[in-house]
Amino acid sequence: MDVLVRGSGVAGLSVAHELRLRGARVTVFDPWSDKRASWYAGGMLAPYCERESADQRVIDLGLRAADWWETTLPCSVLRNGTLVLAATRDIKELGRFGARTSHFDVLDEPAIAALEPDLAGRFGKGLYFRDEAHLDPRRVLIDLATKLAGDGVTFVMDLPQEAIGGFDEIIDCTGYSSADGLLRGVRGEMLVLRTADVSLSRPVRLIHPRFPVYVVPRQDHTFMVGATMIESDATGPITARSMMELLNTVYTLHPAFGEAEIVETGVGIRPAYADNLPRVTSRGDAIMVNGLYRHGFLLAPAMAVQAAKLVFEGRNKTP
Amino acid sequence: MLQLYGKQITSRLLLGTAQYPSPAVLKEAIATSGTEIITVSLRREMTGGRTGDKFWSMIQSLSRHVLPNTAGCHTVKEAVLTAQMARDVFATDWIKLEVIGNHDTLQPDVFALVEAARILTADGFKVFPYMTDDLTVADRLLGAGCEVLMPWCAPIGSAMGPLNIHALRSLRGHFPDVTMIVDAGLGRPSHAAAVMELGFDAILLNTAVAKARDPAAMAGAFAKATEAGYAAYHAGMLEPRDVAVPSTPVIGKAVFT
Repeated sequence: MDVLVRGSGVAGLSVAHELRLRGARVTVFDPWSDKRASWYAGGMLAPYCERESADQRVIDLGLRAADWWETTLPCSVLRNGTLVLAATRDIKELGRFGARTSHFDVLDEPAIAALEPDLAGRFGKGLYFRDEAHLDPRRVLIDLATKLAGDGVTFVMDLPQEAIGGFDEIIDCTGYSSADGLLRGVRGEMLVLRTADVSLSRPVRLIHPRFPVYVVPRQDHTFMVGATMIESDATGPITARSMMELLNTVYTLHPAFGEAEIVETGVGIRPAYADNLPRVTSRGDAIMVNGLYRHGFLLAPAMAVQAAKLVFEGRNKTP
Repeated sequence: MLQLYGKQITSRLLLGTAQYPSPAVLKEAIATSGTEIITVSLRREMTGGRTGDKFWSMIQSLSRHVLPNTAGCHTVKEAVLTAQMARDVFATDWIKLEVIGNHDTLQPDVFALVEAARILTADGFKVFPYMTDDLTVADRLLGAGCEVLMPWCAPIGSAMGPLNIHALRSLRGHFPDVTMIVDAGLGRPSHAAAVMELGFDAILLNTAVAKARDPAAMAGAFAKATEAGYAAYHAGMLEPRDVAVPSTPVIGKAVFT
């Protein structure tokens, strides 16, 4: 079985891995660009938190994601849970968040301080989703590509038209770049900050009635802060308003972030279907894996398994 | 029937399109609410002035009247520019005019609001101004050429319901013939019924529906409450009385205590 995977974001690499596990010869085609949404992702494996606004299927499909990543790339996953906090005046919003989610403990001030010593005395109440995890998306994307290359997967940056006929199956994982008319783009803006004055061990979500923001600790005293959700596929730089809102929230989390360096700002376009749920679809000459929306690292494993099964257990090719 | 700048509208519920879990859920909520008018925020959802996004195509495919708003604008100039952009994008001269005075409470800047309303009506817009419940502001907006007013009943998204019944009653009383839509601050269907019972013409909702556990079901509940309040106002409600009045006469009964 000779399979071509288009796209080397989180979907494409996950699919390539599942195909390789089943013994396929895999070629990954991607004219490298930094446009992929997964490069700008938070990397939270937080199905329970996502249930606040997402469908139950996000939990069902995402529950085993942390195990999949840990098996695929040992030591890539940190299972420290997620901490959900709200500023004192928005404390009622924690109740709303809790009413829509499950699998959390309600923490008081000392319990929050025990988990995150740097946040001691700052928040009176929080929700702790202990079963959730996170990873560093960029490290994982690079490590997975390296591992696949080591396992014999071929990566190509250009592909002559005549070569395409030589594949038994093509899987399209090109996100918003694909020609799927049902997709829409949801713009996400993010920042990377660096400060040695604050340490966090797990992603922290700060609830705000208008724009929920998360802070994910990364290596070397850096923190990913994200992400806006704007119904637009514009790829231009982060706007002043979005930057201000993200910074304001992170400053509320801890004033020391006010002294942090802004190392990077980024913008990604999330591919989404109308129900914000991903799909594996069989379309004539290709299988499409798309619509991962804000759940790339959480849902790519389940989607990759579905796509690989479709390849190996056969599908009805429809025009 | 509700008259908005010459358009005949059956449903007395207007629905905002922000903050839903997904466009699919939004579509469902619009369907169950029976609304004929949906508001969209141009500024918030349109980075870099791009047009033709998929979200807009979806909005336009719903075949409802689109009432674009200027949410997120803090100055007269921004609001006027956004209104002009909205007219191009949605091919409508309707504009829900919002000029925010305070970022935190999203309270309207009523001074800038009146000025922007004057500029936009002179430019041919049909302005729906989002205002506080102040009588004088209402008067100035009518003077600026607005035919519809949209007073708040509580801050946007606060879900507190009508905070100042006296002000709302007094607005209705002073301007009995002006179409008034209560915009912002409603949290639950009983709030919608309460303001409609005061004689308002319609309500505009967003957060209370979008952030409900089941937005479509909540949209339906609000639609019923709005209709109920409207019907009750026109049916003539009994005013509260201090003494108990039996609904069945007791004279002639064998025993009365």
